[in-house]
Amino acid sequence: MRDRVQVLVREAVNDLNDELEYDGLRDPTEETVIFDGSAGVDSLSLVSLIVSLEAACEAEFGVEVSLADERAMSRHRSPFRTVGSLIELILERLEANA
Amino acid sequence: MHDVMFITGTRKGIGRFLVDHYLERGYRVHGCSRGEMEDPPDGYTHHVADVTDGAAMHRALTGTARSEGSLDILVNNAGIASMNHALLTPASTVREVFSTNVFGLVQTSIDAAKIMTQHKWGRIVNFATVATPLRLEGESAYAASKAAVVSYTEILARELATFGITVNAVGPTPVATDLIRGVPAEKLSALLSRQAIPRLGEPADVANVIDFFIADASAFVTGQTVYLGGVV
Repeated sequence: MRDRVQVLVREAVNDLNDELEYDGLRDPTEETVIFDGSAGVDSLSLVSLIVSLEAACEAEFGVEVSLADERAMSRHRSPFRTVGSLIELILERLEANA
Repeated sequence: MHDVMFITGTRKGIGRFLVDHYLERGYRVHGCSRGEMEDPPDGYTHHVADVTDGAAMHRALTGTARSEGSLDILVNNAGIASMNHALLTPASTVREVFSTNVFGLVQTSIDAAKIMTQHKWGRIVNFATVATPLRLEGESAYAASKAAVVSYTEILARELATFGITVNAVGPTPVATDLIRGVPAEKLSALLSRQAIPRLGEPADVANVIDFFIADASAFVTGQTVYLGGVV
C-alpha cells in the first residue's frame, strides 16, 4: 500500500514540477519539502497538488479521500510539509475510509 | 470543444428546458434531480441525486467525468423557494432552503471544480434571483439564500480564476414554473411592476445569459451576476 501511495505522490509532484517549470521538487525523496512557508511551492500550487492527489487516490483505490479538511489544516505539524508527511496523511485517510 | 455539461434540477421547470436547449446545441448533457425523469430526451443522461446528498452528487459528477472524459460546465439550477412572512417561516424551513440553495450548491461546485482544475478549463453558472436586489417582502429565506449564492459566486470566481474556471450567476425574474405557482396574481403583478421590463421571464431569457457565460469567448467574464428584466 505504502509503495502505491509513494508512486502516486511522486507522479503528482513531478506533474506539478512540469507544469510550473520549477525544478525545486525534481526527483523527490521523502524529505523533500513541498510547502513550508518560504520553502517549496506557493499556496495555489499546493491546492492544485492536493486536488490532483485526491483524484488520483480515488482512481487508484476506489475511495473518496479528503486531504484538506480542517483536521489536516489545523495540525501543529503540517502534513503538507514534506513528501513523507503527505504520504503518511494519505495512508491515514485511506485506512480511515477502508 | 468544451461540451460536457452537468445541470442540477433537470426534472422540470427551467432545468428541463435547459436540457433540451443544450442538447440541440450539441452539448453532452448530464443532469440530476431527486427522482427519475419522465421521458428523458435522447442523448441526455439522468442521475438520481439530491443536491443535498454530497455522496450521491460526488458519484454523479465523477461518473459524468469518467464516462465523457471531462466535465466542462456546471449549471447549478436546482433550488427551492419559500414564500411567506418571515414571522411565519419556521427556522426548519429556512434551514431546508439553505440546505438546497446554498450548501448543496457549494458542495456540488467544489466537486465539479476539482474535476475542472485537472483540465484547466471550466464554467460554473449559479442561479440568483431578482428577489434579492428587490428585497421582496415574503421571500426573506429565499432571497437571503440567493444573496449567499451571489457572494459565494464572487469569491469562488477569484479563487478559481487561476485554474481557468469562471463562476457567474444569472438572476431570473419570475418565470412561469412550479416555483411561483403559489404566488397570488396581485402580488405577482406588483412584483413585475418593479422591473424595468414588466413581464414574466421565459426559460429562453435565462438560457441566453447562460449561453454567454459558458462561451469560449467569455474567458474574461467571471464573478458577475446578471439580473434579468432590468433589475439592478
